[in-house]
Amino acid sequence: MPETPRYIEALGQAMADEMERDDSVITLGVDVGAAGGVYGVTKGLQERFGPERVRDTPIAEAGVVGAAVGAAMAGLRPIVEIMYMDFASVCLDPIVNQAAKLRYMTGGGVKVPVVFRTQTGGGRSGGAQHSQSLEGMLAHFPGLRVFCPADARDAHDLLVAAVRDDSPVCFVENRRLYPRRSEDWDRDSLPPGLPRVVRQGDELTVVTWGRMVSETTRALEHVEGPGADPEIIDLRTLVPLDLSLVSDSVSRTGRCLVVHEAVESYGPGAEIVARIIDQALYYLDGPVERFGALPTPVPYSPTLEAEMLPTHESIARRLTAVATA
Amino acid sequence: MASAATATGPAGELRDLYGTMARIRAFEERVAKHFRDGDIHGFVHVSIGQEAVAAGACAALQRDDLITTTHRGHGHCIAKGADPERMFAELFGRATGLCGGKGGSMHIADPALGILGANGIVGAGIPLAAGAGLAARVRGDGRVALAFFGEGAVHCGAFHEGVTLAVAWSLPVVFVCENNGYAEFTRSDAWGGPTLIARAESYGLPANSVAGDDPIAVRSAVAEAAARARAGEGPCFVEARAVRFAGHYEGDPQQYRSEEEFAAREQHDPLLLSRDGLGAELADELRRAAEEEMDDAVAAALDAPYPEPATVRDDVYA
Repeated sequence: MPETPRYIEALGQAMADEMERDDSVITLGVDVGAAGGVYGVTKGLQERFGPERVRDTPIAEAGVVGAAVGAAMAGLRPIVEIMYMDFASVCLDPIVNQAAKLRYMTGGGVKVPVVFRTQTGGGRSGGAQHSQSLEGMLAHFPGLRVFCPADARDAHDLLVAAVRDDSPVCFVENRRLYPRRSEDWDRDSLPPGLPRVVRQGDELTVVTWGRMVSETTRALEHVEGPGADPEIIDLRTLVPLDLSLVSDSVSRTGRCLVVHEAVESYGPGAEIVARIIDQALYYLDGPVERFGALPTPVPYSPTLEAEMLPTHESIARRLTAVATA
Repeated sequence: MASAATATGPAGELRDLYGTMARIRAFEERVAKHFRDGDIHGFVHVSIGQEAVAAGACAALQRDDLITTTHRGHGHCIAKGADPERMFAELFGRATGLCGGKGGSMHIADPALGILGANGIVGAGIPLAAGAGLAARVRGDGRVALAFFGEGAVHCGAFHEGVTLAVAWSLPVVFVCENNGYAEFTRSDAWGGPTLIARAESYGLPANSVAGDDPIAVRSAVAEAAARARAGEGPCFVEARAVRFAGHYEGDPQQYRSEEEFAAREQHDPLLLSRDGLGAELADELRRAAEEEMDDAVAAALDAPYPEPATVRDDVYA
């Protein structure tokens, strides 16, 4: 049986297929063309589709992202790469004040079919300006969709969906997942908005996304007794988000833990916990908690970073705590 | 290039430009009045004194060319062909407005006419126009994108980055910098530095400075730039020097301006300056027609319904 694609290859395949299918799809960003991307996601695309559609840009993120938004309004479907998610802060205006709002401000007069491809990935000493998880911030802005694929299959399916979406999509990859293959590449495709049960269980429900999905699965290696049988649900996308699968699960297990790599304070977990409590309050037997990174900038030193981010060891302790609370 | 000049000769060209300027003036005077009367909500910025820039620049464009504009964008929209009744309706917050009442003055747009929108963020339209030019290039549809912005915007990063991209990629973009002398409340010479033309040329942009109270001068400079852009020869920069007659926003007490400065404004009134060339009789007739048109537009817009509250969540996503 041939090997299934790695996460990084699935992304490149999705982009190539969409560019082949639709001439209006282009990609642009710093080093995405001749160099094939800083991690190689766009490798081979410029050879195949040419420098007009696979476009290297100056290091001018605000201009480049703004131009992608303008191009989307004028008939293209650009995939613009923001090399590290932290760099979103140097080009927030075209994302937040332009892309997110233009359809609404024009009363539906324009479509803004742009994909902001970016990646994060704490835990490898990238330092405070190359490691943040900002998906919660982006999800806060009405008008933006936010996709966070946790495995190769969703990297492919969600990127295809993002390109075909007529609304702006923030597509958040995790670079630590790039070399990994799906455990079940041949599973049925799911649209954005629908979570996926990664592991069935009865004791509590864990809600997570991105790299924390596999980190939570790995945490089970450390749990014996209480907390060893969680149901693990991958949200896949923060916007849109249909939580009915999650609330059904929590209604059955009675307890819930939301795990994310983003900083916990004012983080996306608070929103999800609040929604779960709204939907499942009368079925709860225990806590609905969140577990994210400590409220510090991401530190450089490995010992400090391991303390700051959720890890399989610390998630294991939280599983037991929630199961026994 | 299709324009009033080739269609009807020089006299016809001035008549058309004057007619557009008269319509903008009549529109903006009613905006000021209805802001005072409370029919217009929030913030509103009028372009009285700058009508020749809008009229001249848009006369040099084709119908499907694309523009981005600023918080002071009513004139650009009218000159690009937007319907004044639907513009007033937008400013009055009505359902029949160009944006269904969701945009207002600072976000007014008519994408069907290539008007990608006014913008509440100074400079933000510049990269958007570069991207619209990129789309025109990739699609090969022959369109040109034009960014209107003020001289205050040249200090912001969006100008530097947008221009850098347009030059690097030789995009079909025309940058029209309306120099009205003030960045909000502050005189634009407060910051020193090189002139607008020197700045533009430093990026490798062909640059031309014209009297922004002369619609024919603006039209010919922009027509030349647009023709270059359409021919694949890349972007150009046009500075149009004009005077902002009103405050930064309606209600601005303008304590930063002297009596002498107020008194001197008329010397740069594009409608007065073009009046003799056109002939007083025809000029007055065009002014009267514009007044009537805008009175009718206001009346119809004031009669229009407000949006249904239940539509508040429509069009957040496509």
